[in-house]
Amino acid sequence: MALSIATRELDGVTILDLSGRITLGEGSVQLRDAVRELISKGVKNILIGLGEVNYIDSSGLGELVSAYTTAKNQQASVKLLNLTKKVKDVLQLTKLYTVFDIYEDEASAIASYK
Amino acid sequence: MTHTGSERIRLQLPSSMESVAQVEAEAEKLLHTLGIDEDAAFPLLMGIREAAVNAVLHGNSYDPAKSIVVTLEHDAETLVVTVTDQGEGFNLDTLPDPREEENLLLGSGRGIFLIRSFFDEVHFRQLHPGTEVRLVKKLADSAGQAS
Repeated sequence: MALSIATRELDGVTILDLSGRITLGEGSVQLRDAVRELISKGVKNILIGLGEVNYIDSSGLGELVSAYTTAKNQQASVKLLNLTKKVKDVLQLTKLYTVFDIYEDEASAIASYK
Repeated sequence: MTHTGSERIRLQLPSSMESVAQVEAEAEKLLHTLGIDEDAAFPLLMGIREAAVNAVLHGNSYDPAKSIVVTLEHDAETLVVTVTDQGEGFNLDTLPDPREEENLLLGSGRGIFLIRSFFDEVHFRQLHPGTEVRLVKKLADSAGQAS
């Protein structure tokens, strides 16, 4: 399944709800474009929902990192929400779990931006 | 557990992402046949995919004149996967550890680390030209449980 991205806003936070696979090619490019578009519009608070993402490869991991660093360089912030076990395991294995602010519930994630 | 006997599948494929998908599909089918459950199969499939992507992208640079060769082989105890490209090869010693503090924010360089994490043995062989990676997994560790 390819990646689909739905965008919504809540209390000043733009939430990208991802569904599918973040892998080399289409998935990674879609995520990159979505984050870059938000940042180019001056969006500062970005929350990436991964609750429906059951597969990420090394390219997808790289894309998450790029989203994080691109945002940081523009004084914006990318945080992660609702990791599935598979994605969480891979983030822990690669120690990327220590890089991101990660939340299990949306309310806490939204509150963290205040 | 159903993994008795032995089997060998050989695929020679063009340097494309469609080939990576085909390798994934063949590997998934084989792991299912071997009675490996989804949770245990997931890291193996991920490692096999990373190896195939490396061959297509970093090895052959999507060159339509070059192909990759993948073999999936098992006996009662062991799964062996080889992925061979026709690229220029690379020096393993120069690959940084992606978990080191100074490398955590790099946008790439995690594929081989993941492969090594998911298989019991990973061997690289430079073929001049080309690279062969050989992945070995003891099936007793994988059947019916994550390892």
